[in-house]
Amino acid sequence: MEVIVSNIGQFCLLFAFCLSCYAMVASFLGGKVGHRRLVDTAERSMVAVCVLVTLTVCTLWYELNVGNFSLQYVASHSNRAMPWYYKIGALWGGQEGSLVFWCWILSIYSLVTVLLNRKKNRTLMPYVVMAISMVSTFFLLLNNFVANPFDLIGVSRAGGPAMPFAPMDGNGLNPALQYWAMVIHPPILYTGYVGFTVPFAFAVAALITRELDEEWIRTTRRWMMVPWLFQGTGILLGAKWAYVVLGWGGYWSWDPVENASLMPWLTGTAFLHSVIMQERKGMMKVWNMILILSTFLLCIFGTFLTRSGIVSSVHAFAQSPIGPYFTGFLLLLLSLSLYLLLTRLDSLKSENRLDSVVSRESSFMFNNLILLATGFAVLWGTLFPIISEALQGEKRSVGPLFFNKINIPVGLFLLFLTGVGPLLAWRKTSFRSLQKNFTLPVVLSLVMGLIFFTFGMRHFYSTVCLMLSVFVVCTIISEFHRGANARRKQGEGYLESLWILTFRNTRRYGGYIVHLGMVCLFVGLAGAGFNKEAQKEMVPGDSLSLGKYTLTLEQIKSANNANYQSATALMTVYKDGTLVDTLLPERRYYKTSDTATTEVALRSGLNEDLYLVFSGIEKDNSKPVFHAYLNPLVSWVWIGGIIFVLGTVICLIPSKQGMARSKVSEKVEVEELAKA
Amino acid sequence: MDKRKVKFLIGSLIVVVSIAWIGFSSFDESLAYYKTVDELKAMNHNAYGKRLRVAGNVVAGSIERTSSAINFKLEQKGEILPIRYVGKDLLPDTFKDGAQALAEGHLVRNGEFEATKIQAKCASKYEATYGNVGKK
Repeated sequence: MEVIVSNIGQFCLLFAFCLSCYAMVASFLGGKVGHRRLVDTAERSMVAVCVLVTLTVCTLWYELNVGNFSLQYVASHSNRAMPWYYKIGALWGGQEGSLVFWCWILSIYSLVTVLLNRKKNRTLMPYVVMAISMVSTFFLLLNNFVANPFDLIGVSRAGGPAMPFAPMDGNGLNPALQYWAMVIHPPILYTGYVGFTVPFAFAVAALITRELDEEWIRTTRRWMMVPWLFQGTGILLGAKWAYVVLGWGGYWSWDPVENASLMPWLTGTAFLHSVIMQERKGMMKVWNMILILSTFLLCIFGTFLTRSGIVSSVHAFAQSPIGPYFTGFLLLLLSLSLYLLLTRLDSLKSENRLDSVVSRESSFMFNNLILLATGFAVLWGTLFPIISEALQGEKRSVGPLFFNKINIPVGLFLLFLTGVGPLLAWRKTSFRSLQKNFTLPVVLSLVMGLIFFTFGMRHFYSTVCLMLSVFVVCTIISEFHRGANARRKQGEGYLESLWILTFRNTRRYGGYIVHLGMVCLFVGLAGAGFNKEAQKEMVPGDSLSLGKYTLTLEQIKSANNANYQSATALMTVYKDGTLVDTLLPERRYYKTSDTATTEVALRSGLNEDLYLVFSGIEKDNSKPVFHAYLNPLVSWVWIGGIIFVLGTVICLIPSKQGMARSKVSEKVEVEELAKA
Repeated sequence: MDKRKVKFLIGSLIVVVSIAWIGFSSFDESLAYYKTVDELKAMNHNAYGKRLRVAGNVVAGSIERTSSAINFKLEQKGEILPIRYVGKDLLPDTFKDGAQALAEGHLVRNGEFEATKIQAKCASKYEATYGNVGKK
C-alpha cells in the first residue's frame, strides 16, 4: 500500500511539472497572439497543477503518518513515537518536503489568482499566468529531479548500486522543532514568501503589456498586502518560537535566516507606503516597480540562503546541491526584471513633482529611504562573509553588534516618521498646522521623558524609544478623535462614530492601527535595554535572587516516556517576599535523535517576563545549574504583533472611501485639513 | 534644478550619510575573522590579537565544566584547538560531543582559545544515520 501511494505521489509531482511547463508556454503564446482559448487552457493547467500538488502533499503526509521508513525523507524526519501533529509538521521539517510545500502554496495562490481574475485584468492575465507558472516550473523541477521527497534510502540519484532498505524507525523531527509555534510558523512564513510571487507576476505582466495605469497597481497593492501580512506574522511567530524554545532569553539574533525573512518584509513595507504616492499623485512609478521586483527577488534569495547553506547559520541546513540551481534562477529573474524595467522606462514617467520638504510626499520618500537603507544594511551584513571571501580571500563576518548599532537609530527615526507623516498635509504643510497638530504630542512625550528620567531610567535608546512611542500614540489617538468628533456633530455616539469612521475608510484607519501595533512592538524592543540575568548552581533548598524576585528550588522530579526522558525542577517564586508563582523548568533528552533540549519556564506579564532555564547538570559535583532572565516589556512585542494583524486585516476589507479615492478627492481632503 | 529638489536631495543626503557613518563606525568593532580550526593553525602568529570566530567539531569526551569556565576541544581536518569558554551565556542544547560549533573570542598566549560566545549548529536538517547499515 505504501509503495502504491508513494508511486502515486511521484507521478503527480512529475505530471504537475509537465502541466506547469505547458501553462508557461501556452499562456505566453496565447497572450502574444491574443488567442483567448489557448490562455484558457493554460489557466486550467494551473488549476490542475494545484490539484496534483495537493495530491502529492497528501501522499507525503500519508507516508509520514504510517511511517514508510524506506523513504529517505520519512526516515530522516519522522518516527513512530511522534504525535500526529508533528508528523504533519514534518512535511516542512526538511528540504525536500519544504520545497513540495512551497509548490503547494504557490499552486493555491495561482488557483485563487486565476479564479478571481476570470473577468478582470484580462489583458494582464496571460502574462500573470506565465510568470507564476515560470516560478512553479522551477520549484517543481527541483522537486522532481534534484530534491525528490520520494527518494528511497540507499538508492542514490547518481546511479550507483541500488540497495533499498527500510530501517525499523526514523530519526524523528528535530526536538527543537517540536513546539506549537513551530508547527504553524513555517506554513505562515511560507505563505508570505510564496505570496510575493503574485505581485511580481502582475508587475511583469504590466511591464510586458505596458498597461501601467491605475488598475494593475490597485490589484497589486492588495496582492502585496496579503503575503506582507503573513510574512510579518511568520517572522513574529519565529521570534516567539526562538524565545520560548531555544532558552537563551532573547527572540532575535540577526541570524542570516532571520535576516532573509526580514528583507522582503522591509521592501514590501516600503512599497505599501510608496504605492499611495502612485495612486494619489502618479509619482514614484519606477521606484514602486523596483520595490515589487526586488521584494520577490529577495524572497527567492532568502529561500536560497536558508536552503543552500552558503552562509553559516544556527538554522544550519546541510550543504545541499540545490545552490547552483537557485543562483541560475535568480540570475534569470534578475535579468528578466532589469530588461523589462529598462525597456519600459518611458511608460513609467512621474505625473507630479515634489512641492515641499515638509509635506506628506516627502515623509513617504524619507520613509522609503529609511526602509531601503535598513534593508541594505541587513543585506550587507548578511552577505559580508561571502563578499569578503570573494574580494579579500578571507572570510570575515559581522555580528549582532553591527546590526543593532545601525538599525536601532534608523528604527527610531522610522518610529518618529510614523508619528509625523500621517499628520502632514499633501503638497505643503503650514507652520500653523504643524503647531496645532504636534504641540500636545510633543509636550506629552517630553513630560514622559522627564518622568522616566526621574525614575532613574538612563538607557539612552530605550528612553528615546519610549518617548517617541508616547508621541506616536498621541498623534494616532488625535487622528481618531478628530474624525470621531466631526461625525459626532451629526448625532452619532462617540464609539459608534469611531467604528463607522474606521470602516468607512479602512485603508486609512487600518493603517493607523498597524502603526499602533508597530509602536507596541517598539515598546517591547525598548524593554531589552533593561534586561537582567543571573546564573547559579543549586540543590533543593537553595535560592537565587534576581531583581525583586527570589527563586527557591524545592525539588527535582524525573520522568520517562516513549519519546523522551525528562527532569523537571519545581521552583517557587517570591516577589518582594510574597509567594507569587511556581515555575517548572525542564530538561529533556530525546531518545531517537540523541539530543537534549530545555523547556523554558516563563512567567509572563505586561511589565516583565521572568524566564527560567534548567541549563544542565554540573559535571564535577552533579549540581543542577539554573539560569534566570528578567526581560521587561517583552509581552508588548507579541501584543504589537496581534494589533498588526488586526490592522492589516481591517486594511484588506474593502471600503467605499478607500477604493474610490481618486486624485480629485484628494483636493477636498487638503481643504478639509486646512480648515481643521 | 529647482530649489525644492535641492532641499530634498540635501535631506536625503544627510539621512544616507548618517546611516552610512553609523554603519562604518560599528563595522570594525563587530568584524571578526571566520576561520576553521586548521585555517587558524595555519595563521600561526598572525592569529594573535584578532577577533576570531572558529569553527570545528567538538571532540568527543572533551567537554569539562569547572567552576570558572567550560573547557573543550574543537577539531577540524586533524588539527585540534583547546577552548576555554568564559562567557556568561548558557551553552546551547545543540552543543555536545561531535556537534559543529562556532567559538567567538581570541587566542591567548598559551595557544588556548578564549571564547566569550559559543554557537552550535542546531540541525534543522541533520544527516540521517541508520545504525550499522552503510549509508549512501
